[in-house]
Amino acid sequence: MSVSVDNLSVAYRSRRGDVTAVDGVSFAVADGEIMGLAGESGSGKSTLGNALTYLDQRMKAAGGKVVVDGRELPISDNKAMRPLRMTEVSLVPQYAMSALPPTRKIGKLVTDLLKSHHVKDRQAVLTELSRRLELIGLKEDVLSKYSFELSGGMRQRVTIIMSTLLNPSLLVADEVTSALDVSTQRAVGEMLLEFRDRGYIKSAIAITHDLSILAQIADSIAIMYAGRLAERAATDTIVNSPLHPYTQALLASLPEVGVRHDQVTLTGIPGRPPSLANPPAGCRFRDRCPFAFAKCTQTPPFEEVRPGHLVACWKVSEENAATAGTGQEQPAVLLPVEEQV
Amino acid sequence: MTTLKIDQVSKLYRATSRAGGLTPALRKVSFELRPGEVISLIGESGSGKTTLGKVMLRLVQPTSGSVTFDGKDIGSYSARGLKDYYRHVQGVFQDPFSSYNPIYRADRVFDLVRGSYFPGVGDKVWSAKVEQALDAVALNPGDVLGKYPHQLSGGQQQRLLIARALLLDVKLLIADEIISMLDASTRVDVLNLLVKLKRQGLAILFITHDLSLGNYVSDRTIILRHGAVAEMGATEKIFGNPQHEYTKMLLSAVPELHKKWQHAALGPVAVSANGAAAADVLASGSAGTALAHASMLDELTHAEQVVKRDLRAVFGGSRAVASGRSQVAVALEPPPLREFEPDHLVADPE
Amino acid sequence: MSESVSEAPQTPQLPSAVAASPVAAAAVGTAPGVTVGRRRGDFLYYGLRNKKLVFGLGLELVLAVFAIVGPMIAKFAPEALTGAQLQHPNGTYWLGTNALGQDIFSQLANGLRESYLVGLLGAVSAAVVGMALGFTAGWRGGILDEILQMITNIIVMIPALVLLVVIGSYLNSRSVLFEGVFIGLTTWPWVARAVRAQTFSLRSREFVELARLSGKRPVSIIIRDIAPNMASYLFLVVILLFGSSMLLAASYDFLGLGPTGTVSLGYMMNAAQNEAALLYREWWWFIPPGVVLTLMVAALLVANVGLDEVFNPKLREQ
Repeated sequence: MSVSVDNLSVAYRSRRGDVTAVDGVSFAVADGEIMGLAGESGSGKSTLGNALTYLDQRMKAAGGKVVVDGRELPISDNKAMRPLRMTEVSLVPQYAMSALPPTRKIGKLVTDLLKSHHVKDRQAVLTELSRRLELIGLKEDVLSKYSFELSGGMRQRVTIIMSTLLNPSLLVADEVTSALDVSTQRAVGEMLLEFRDRGYIKSAIAITHDLSILAQIADSIAIMYAGRLAERAATDTIVNSPLHPYTQALLASLPEVGVRHDQVTLTGIPGRPPSLANPPAGCRFRDRCPFAFAKCTQTPPFEEVRPGHLVACWKVSEENAATAGTGQEQPAVLLPVEEQV
Repeated sequence: MTTLKIDQVSKLYRATSRAGGLTPALRKVSFELRPGEVISLIGESGSGKTTLGKVMLRLVQPTSGSVTFDGKDIGSYSARGLKDYYRHVQGVFQDPFSSYNPIYRADRVFDLVRGSYFPGVGDKVWSAKVEQALDAVALNPGDVLGKYPHQLSGGQQQRLLIARALLLDVKLLIADEIISMLDASTRVDVLNLLVKLKRQGLAILFITHDLSLGNYVSDRTIILRHGAVAEMGATEKIFGNPQHEYTKMLLSAVPELHKKWQHAALGPVAVSANGAAAADVLASGSAGTALAHASMLDELTHAEQVVKRDLRAVFGGSRAVASGRSQVAVALEPPPLREFEPDHLVADPE
Repeated sequence: MSESVSEAPQTPQLPSAVAASPVAAAAVGTAPGVTVGRRRGDFLYYGLRNKKLVFGLGLELVLAVFAIVGPMIAKFAPEALTGAQLQHPNGTYWLGTNALGQDIFSQLANGLRESYLVGLLGAVSAAVVGMALGFTAGWRGGILDEILQMITNIIVMIPALVLLVVIGSYLNSRSVLFEGVFIGLTTWPWVARAVRAQTFSLRSREFVELARLSGKRPVSIIIRDIAPNMASYLFLVVILLFGSSMLLAASYDFLGLGPTGTVSLGYMMNAAQNEAALLYREWWWFIPPGVVLTLMVAALLVANVGLDEVFNPKLREQ
């Protein structure tokens, strides 16, 4: 196992007490796997991504552990984490491309990076850098430019190159395609795939709200809601036969190219995610779930209902238990989705 | 019959660098917006779509060309004429939170309208009107009235802004990327609201960079590229049978749930003489690996830009440069549009 | 524009963040699930707990009270010749007398009052002119802006001291009003520039565009939408103007260019200097006005720093 997260909880300190943004999340990412972490705003996915690499003073780890390449990450200890950042785990934070310092050239930023990580053989790394720049179609003169001389897509790709230059085992990419045009989205997406294929990164977690992008680049997808994992399975399974009501509703709200309003009416999910300052007891999706019933006031366990397919839903668990042992392939519980005209 | 007619609208920005010339944000764009019609204006960053929206709202003056509403040029309006114009044409923008002045309550946006357009109206009548507008956007008055903007969700903020436009009994709504900052689950609600309003006769200019949204909601589509129209016509025709290479490229890059990115070779998408280097690569034949092709497209965008060695001298200059976008070396005269089939115009390659 | 972020950051923009670059503004993140509300109560809460603000304001208040009450309880008129020269501070003359026999305490109390008056006049006139021009230039831009900038630059170039000497020589007498307004009319440029810059930045915000789309006229938009978002900044500007006006007035007075016929702190220092009070160790003459003036301005500046911390949470110590 390349990465294993075990019952991780992360909380924010605020004037009104601690807010648990990530609540007991567990998952594993294998070597060579790109896992998509999908969710809407307030789901805690960014916090989770940040927790794996850099907990700033507002946040604190409230439980659980993270193991990368067999070694536990000391996420609460910033000093101990420093040598591991960029080499073991690397983060491309949200808004990263807007946060490149405008007063230094890209090349200088790279050498600063190498210096701060006490890289011995700088020349070798720089040669590798040129090779990678060429691979993704960026000219080497990018290094002599300032960040504002580059377009958005180029900045994003430069940021990713810098974050992966020291070949980290795990790359956490937070909304790296969100602010981009559709053509550069594809370029960045394919770049992540290429880097994984060539072994520059061992595994990656792509955090985004955009399931269609994940359908292109992720091997598996984890759906997060209100600080907890709702579902996790291979990409094909999530896209074609999702089990959790939230996942199903999310998929039903995505317009696909070619679909028009007079052919299909998409539906959103009524209500809002619960406030994490004072979350409701039991399943947090309960208030918005069309399938909620009495048992949902207890927290459903995140369990494996089929090989490689984990869901946290009482309805799914019960239906699974009902058909268990019969050897039948359980039909997927689907909301009435678009009828093909 | 209220029609908003955009006729050969161009907008040129003066670059402050001595070496730079004029940056065309819009190049002779023409189209018409009729009641009950939704037009998607699709373009990437730097295409000029937001500028066009602002020109139509008279927040920005065009360099040439005209916007005509009911036969009258909106550029000729006096202050009162403009105020009257806003009774019929309104806008909603991308970042719902920024549209609110953070020091006031959210429903102040309604009060602004009341003060300007309904000064004599009594409280009771006004409350009824507000409730009606909120109902039309499926908002519960108790949830949103009296609250500060940061207490509302993005979807509520956006819908409140649409309700504000409805208070004025608008005929035309300019919706500039109104969905992109909303969550997936609320996006659809706002989209469906637009569809409902369209059925009630509202004309909407739906500005977006997201092709699937554009396809879902619109009757006609305009593909904008570097300030000029690349392709324009009925939505089914554009999406079903795209002719311009740029449109094809956009469609191929859209991520879909059930289909992986296709790695088919595309025809040349070259733009200008400055893109000579990239044009050579493209002209040399097949796309090669998908990665190289995709990055070539990005590179092409950059190659189109004027990259002068002393670009540093320009900084502190035009906003386009400060935000990372350089000037585009495109001709001021856009390529002509030809009719490919009825209601489907395609521009010549540039 | 499609280069944006898809998760709406629900962080309200505080006024002092307005001057930040668009890049920085876009990069502001937020704690998911925790929306930070900016309430007026928050300012009061932090304000009362900010040591610098409380100390500065408190000291200023004490001095202000003294300025009001002092002249009332003083036994003598400030210019009155008591006949008792160069007395040390004693029971009759609380701060002693000067070479002409005038009571220092009365002079101090009156001088304080004069200084406050001039400070107020100067601050108000500079603020009014600076803001009017700054808002106009920032809102309109274009040719009007260029003209106003030119005017601003000209005013900056004119040496105020020389101008004061020239004008003063034509006047028979100078009043406090004259001094105050003069200071105001020579110090407004930096206000205008700062206000102009902030207005430019706020003008392109979407809520301003929305106000325009609601048929509001520019003056109304500036007063109701733009200025309140600069409120903390404007507040600080006025405070600083107040302090600098008092200092400027004192320096003009010290050079003998102050208002005729009244006693001010600068005037006292001027007189002390002329009679070589320092040399003769008449400490009760030259120390009080200097100390009081320093305290007046320093208290304001300290309060200013504290206020800046209150308005901008990033400056607050944890």
